[in-house]
Amino acid sequence: MAVSAAADRPILDPARARPFPEAALPVLRDPQLRKNVAHAIDVIQGKRARLVAEKADWQALRASASRIKDVALQNLGAYLEEFEARCTAAGGVVHWAADASEARRIILDVLRAEKATEVIKIKTMTSAEIELNPFLEAAGIRAHETDLAEIILQLGEGEPSHIVVPALHVNRSQVREIFARRMGIEDLPDDPEALTAAARRVLRAKFLSVPTAISGANFLIAETGSVVVVESEGNGRMCLTLPRTLITLAGIEKVLPRFRDLEVMLQVLARSATGERMNPYTSLWTGVTAGDGPERFHVVLLDNGRSGILARERERQTLRCIRCAACMNACPVYRQTGGHAYGSVYPGPIGAILTPQLQGLRHAQSLPYASSLCGACYEVCPVKINIPEVLIDLRAQVTDQERQRARRFFDPLYLGLRVAHLVFARAWLFHAAQCLGRVGLRPFTRKDGWIHALPGVGAKWTETRDLRGLPQQTFHAWWAERAKGAK
Amino acid sequence: MRASLFITCYNDTLFPETGRAVVTLLERLGVEVEFHPQQTCCGQMHANTGFRGEAFSLAKRLICMYGEAEAVVIPSSSCVAMIRDQYAGLVEELGDGALGRELETLLPRVYELSEFLVDRLGVEDVGAYFPHRVTYHASCHGLRALNLGNGPLRLLAKVRGLELAPLKNLDRCCGFGGTFAIKNGEVSSAMLTAKLQDVLATGSEYCTALDNSCLLHLGGALHRQFAGMKTIHMAEILASTQDAVAGHPGDGDLLPGAPVGSWR
Repeated sequence: MAVSAAADRPILDPARARPFPEAALPVLRDPQLRKNVAHAIDVIQGKRARLVAEKADWQALRASASRIKDVALQNLGAYLEEFEARCTAAGGVVHWAADASEARRIILDVLRAEKATEVIKIKTMTSAEIELNPFLEAAGIRAHETDLAEIILQLGEGEPSHIVVPALHVNRSQVREIFARRMGIEDLPDDPEALTAAARRVLRAKFLSVPTAISGANFLIAETGSVVVVESEGNGRMCLTLPRTLITLAGIEKVLPRFRDLEVMLQVLARSATGERMNPYTSLWTGVTAGDGPERFHVVLLDNGRSGILARERERQTLRCIRCAACMNACPVYRQTGGHAYGSVYPGPIGAILTPQLQGLRHAQSLPYASSLCGACYEVCPVKINIPEVLIDLRAQVTDQERQRARRFFDPLYLGLRVAHLVFARAWLFHAAQCLGRVGLRPFTRKDGWIHALPGVGAKWTETRDLRGLPQQTFHAWWAERAKGAK
Repeated sequence: MRASLFITCYNDTLFPETGRAVVTLLERLGVEVEFHPQQTCCGQMHANTGFRGEAFSLAKRLICMYGEAEAVVIPSSSCVAMIRDQYAGLVEELGDGALGRELETLLPRVYELSEFLVDRLGVEDVGAYFPHRVTYHASCHGLRALNLGNGPLRLLAKVRGLELAPLKNLDRCCGFGGTFAIKNGEVSSAMLTAKLQDVLATGSEYCTALDNSCLLHLGGALHRQFAGMKTIHMAEILASTQDAVAGHPGDGDLLPGAPVGSWR
């Protein structure tokens, strides 16, 4: 029942993670995990489908949301500077971080200036992206997660497997076990009320005693210099209002041009992410206000590979993402594997396109192939990211990279595809290859005409499926025979 | 009405009975069927695996081949989706203006089989007879890329003797995905198992679709598991009449293996 002991802790660093097919293997054999994942996404998917169906103008909303993000991305530099000017004017301090290490250093410098030894955190995938917690830990600053799911993972030494519901792979009885063990509570029941109450006791003490907090951001508003955080629990609201100093870490793609853009974005985000008409807590603030909330406020604007994505026309749409996770909830691959197999804090279809790009395609090259291109992600995406299109484009980039290497030159799949092209480019050769196939496959074909086992790369098919053998006559041969007979 | 049949590479090689059924069906409906003998592949496998140059060369070949055709009918939804969704990008990147214009004139003439029947010919009752319980798998490309809607179900509803069994989770992928089934064989198999549970729960004799690639996948597992259910392309159902179960002789059509088939 214990969840992921440290030894088999999944690796979410794309530079060290195993390729997707390999990383997926242990999950495929884990009945508990697969049941947890399927159950959780079925619940969210069902709620989302109902709430989207009640919006008659859903497609128009998607189109607006997508346009708003496109406008923001086309003029990103200008909007970021506008945000910086407004936020600064309102008493905030804006920092620019080119990469993860610069962002970590900026945050550490602020915390050192505050003489902080502890910090409370709102769930932020961006801080997971830059691996902030272990870095702060090494610098002697203890980070306390306050999102219920993040607490479960932090106490259970687990890793997030979903961007909205990070502990979706952990079920209630597993949560009970983690809380009982780590909080030292005997006879803890596994009903949600008791578990929440246990977390609340720990959290309240931290909210009242730790004077520094770190948050992410769902949106930055250029027009007003405001920051928006949406959440379900209210723990985020505590982190945003109680501490003396607040640091917000936000990817540069989070900026929206105008305040009124929120009208569209908040509607599509809540319905897509949690299947709610409106998320329970929406916090909006602008700089600092004397006597109300934090006295000092810092925003760290993080690039970390994003401007590289921005520069590419077809892939730019990746940056429209508002992190609602509708794509992973809809994905039939994610449904089987959960999030850890993606070897990144961003799993699922969006992770499959975002992670390799954030890595400049130096790592995570297996992710663009972790999709059957079924299109379910594109169908549900509230900002209309054509994920299959980007996946195919990234596959082309990976292929161009790999086919240069001798190892890949002789890889059966690469060799096969090159030969297949030569063959398909000439009908006579195609027909000759069909004849050759009939001879070549004969030893592997059973009396009933089916193939049960193939060697080499073909075994990847026949391990779990039979393969229909070749028919006695191809279609074109039948057609030619028929035409001759008709004369 | 003349229709040029693009049979697709894998149907030509593995599923000739589907092609024969399309010919039988269309001719019965008074359509004159043509077949260009030089046709091979639309390039989908190359495009989806990342071989853009190769995919473009096959796309160019296909575009040039059907310049004169009145209508191109394709009994494979994923190949139609390839032509509609990916050709323009490939031509823009690697082709020239002339090819782009040729593609523009080709696209409105390209039909997936059920589109051709329902939208172009305006028929739903094709006079078919198929006395079996059948479930319909709405392959992802047909469902989402082509938006076939309920056209295929309306065609099946008019088949005499056919009992249509609704499939749960109709919008969920079977896990084929071309080279995905090889590159991610295990995940693909897990998806297939989930799909099979829904397919088998229908208690049907046949699982049909408008794309033999999904059926190759589903059929391979049904055969491995002695599940007692078969896959059949919808063209073969629609071609069947009381007098002739056209184009579907079943496995008897397959090339038998070497006499010592069980050498393993």
